[in-house]
Amino acid sequence: MNAGTKFAVGAVLIVGSVGYLMASGIKATGQYFLTPSELAQRISADPSFYNLGLKVGARVVPGTVEKEIATQTLRFHITDGTVSYPVVFRGLPPDTFTDSVEVVVEGRLQKDGVIHATDVLAKCGSRYEAVPKA
Amino acid sequence: MTLLGHLSLWLALFVGLWGAITGFAGGLQGRADLQQSARHAVFAMFAALALATICLEVAIFRHDFNVQYVAAYTSRNLPTFYLWSALYAGQKGSLLFWATVLSLFATLAQVLTSGRHRAYLPFVAAVTCTVATFFVLVMVFAANPFERLAYTPVDGSGMNPQLQNPGMVFHPPMLYLGYISITIPFAFAIAALLSKKLDVDWLVAIRKWTLVSWLFLAIGLLIGMWWAYVELGWGGYWAWDPVENVALLPWLVMTAFLHSVMVQEKRGMLKKWNLALVLGAWLLSIFGTFLTRSGVIASVHSFTQSPVGYFFLGFLLLAAGSTIVLYVIRLPLLEAEATLESMVSREASFLFNNLLFIGLAFSVLWGTLYPILSEWLQGTKVTVGPPFFNLVNIPLGLALLALTGIGPLIAWRRASIPNLQRQFAVPAVTGLFVLLILLVAGMREIGPLIAIGLGGFVTATVFQEFGRGARARHRQYGEPLVLAVLRLVARNRRRYGGYIVHMGMVLLFVAFAGMAFKTETQATLRPGESATLRSPYGQVYTFTHLGISQYDALNRRVTAALVDVSRDGKPVGRLKTEKRQHVDALGRNTFEASTEVGIRSGLREDLYVVLGGLVNGTEQAVYRFTINPLVWWVWFGGFVLVGGGLIVLWPGGGSPAVRRTQAGYAVKLESKQ
Repeated sequence: MNAGTKFAVGAVLIVGSVGYLMASGIKATGQYFLTPSELAQRISADPSFYNLGLKVGARVVPGTVEKEIATQTLRFHITDGTVSYPVVFRGLPPDTFTDSVEVVVEGRLQKDGVIHATDVLAKCGSRYEAVPKA
Repeated sequence: MTLLGHLSLWLALFVGLWGAITGFAGGLQGRADLQQSARHAVFAMFAALALATICLEVAIFRHDFNVQYVAAYTSRNLPTFYLWSALYAGQKGSLLFWATVLSLFATLAQVLTSGRHRAYLPFVAAVTCTVATFFVLVMVFAANPFERLAYTPVDGSGMNPQLQNPGMVFHPPMLYLGYISITIPFAFAIAALLSKKLDVDWLVAIRKWTLVSWLFLAIGLLIGMWWAYVELGWGGYWAWDPVENVALLPWLVMTAFLHSVMVQEKRGMLKKWNLALVLGAWLLSIFGTFLTRSGVIASVHSFTQSPVGYFFLGFLLLAAGSTIVLYVIRLPLLEAEATLESMVSREASFLFNNLLFIGLAFSVLWGTLYPILSEWLQGTKVTVGPPFFNLVNIPLGLALLALTGIGPLIAWRRASIPNLQRQFAVPAVTGLFVLLILLVAGMREIGPLIAIGLGGFVTATVFQEFGRGARARHRQYGEPLVLAVLRLVARNRRRYGGYIVHMGMVLLFVAFAGMAFKTETQATLRPGESATLRSPYGQVYTFTHLGISQYDALNRRVTAALVDVSRDGKPVGRLKTEKRQHVDALGRNTFEASTEVGIRSGLREDLYVVLGGLVNGTEQAVYRFTINPLVWWVWFGGFVLVGGGLIVLWPGGGSPAVRRTQAGYAVKLESKQ
């Protein structure tokens, strides 16, 4: 076997393992990214979506945010305009989290109909762009 | 001033177009008058854009809030320091900054390129003018930084408090400088393809430039990590956020290129590959710009969605299409002069190194784009986060770290068994010894064990190389060893500077491994109450909440919490963490309250204290306490890496023979049979 062939074998091994790592990585860690409506649809079609780790992108419903600082619990509702879900999160929310901000909630929807979040990202759509005062 | 600025943008647009047309035409037809004109167009474009930049800065410093950009990103009470960075705090200003710096680099490329490579210059002028003209085009038609409002606000909206950090003053320009300077190697690559002068010459012309952009990207990434760590308060420095990822991509490709280019210089192999890497790195930099500015991928960093994204998408597709076509047409001219002789050779190790770097870049790209790809392919959006990137990239990173040690020890062409024994004995034993110590100390986590063990191995190879070289000089010239080491580095900056970069990487890897042992706790404390946290080294830290103070500062109301820290009962100091509510000149709140982290940095670990909030306005406070091991070594490793890069970059030096090989005359190695 000449060096070129040997190298080709090595290259195939590397490319193969990169491919394998990526495929298995996506399988093991990939999470659905859904809107509340999509989540509701999936839940009604397939109850196994309960207690499945996923991300939900939506907007916080103004006036629903309850902060219990003593227990570090944050409760709020999220909506995409049609479907809304209550969310409970224990931990410190990011600085950008406010009433009516766009959020990505990472967590699991439980049978009680509440999304138990493990992480809340405030997707301040315009972090660098302050909203000019009208 | 804005009128003048706006006019200079238009001037830059026309001059840039002229430079692009005359550059391509003059280069292809060999007409000296057109070539000269293109060269002058580059200079004129830089002058026009520099004038536009000055105009914008003047408007910012004069608080001319009738200018939309000034009103949107600054305010009267913004500290002067941040008035400078307001130039690139927003989309429009950063486009202007980008175009200006690009035309500066284009000018430098015209002026600094030495006689031997002058034939490339008309094409280089054409390519740089085309790219810069595109940026000016976007400004003129979609994002005019000099746009005026119909009224004049009393005060501006102010700068986002998270951007009011020294790191944010330097991080964006450094990354931009890295991104932008890739255009110069790209321009030379296109010039080489167009002029069919594809020998090793063009590589020599761009080597410094590739190193410059590699270095700026590295500095930009490091400062960005530092900013994320001290400012964002989540307790880490790298989150695999899409915007971070796209900044990492060109750096990975450039790193691959800096290695594989040596194979072409020494052995005349990998011509197609090297060219593809340069073209790819530039396309990735434009792709990154597009991703950051279009809002296509949800990221905490993204600018607002704007039509600018479509401009970039169009430009990206056009540039990618024409680049690929040109590349394919010229492929027959890029045949290798030699073939691989042995798997156990320096060039083979470089090949594997390149495959790993590109594999790394590809997986990062794939993971970043997966939400879009999965939506296309399966109809549902699936995202991957840090677990995916860690799962894929840690093994690849460790394999690269191993090659960092192996590569420099293997001979070119074909390594013999005695050669291998002589080279690897000490480093291998050192690596195993480090591993043994860690195991005895009780470390059982496989990733960190391998990382630190390999770190020992690579460190030993670097010291062995320095030791051998210095001892040879000591014997040959009778120099004292310290002087011998210094001369060694000075005479062969590329090689030994490269080893120092490797040492920086080792430190970074060890520091990254340390984060596997991070611990944290949250607590709600009344004044006088404390929380405890056990460090990974087994000591117990006690954090005692002392109290809250509130006061006004220049442009913010501060709520500061003070924490007393002791380790195993012995006091180690106090930490302060703040909530800052920024206000405008009239005392009204602007933005959300932001958090200032309290950090006590040490060689072993960082204490990282975040104030979560106050319970109902009392002095009862919510805290998060984190112990981050070895973070200091990230910054130190970064300094070592940048220092090594600067040594390689430093002009001059070297014996005539070394200079000749460094200048890229491929050395024809005689067969030793």
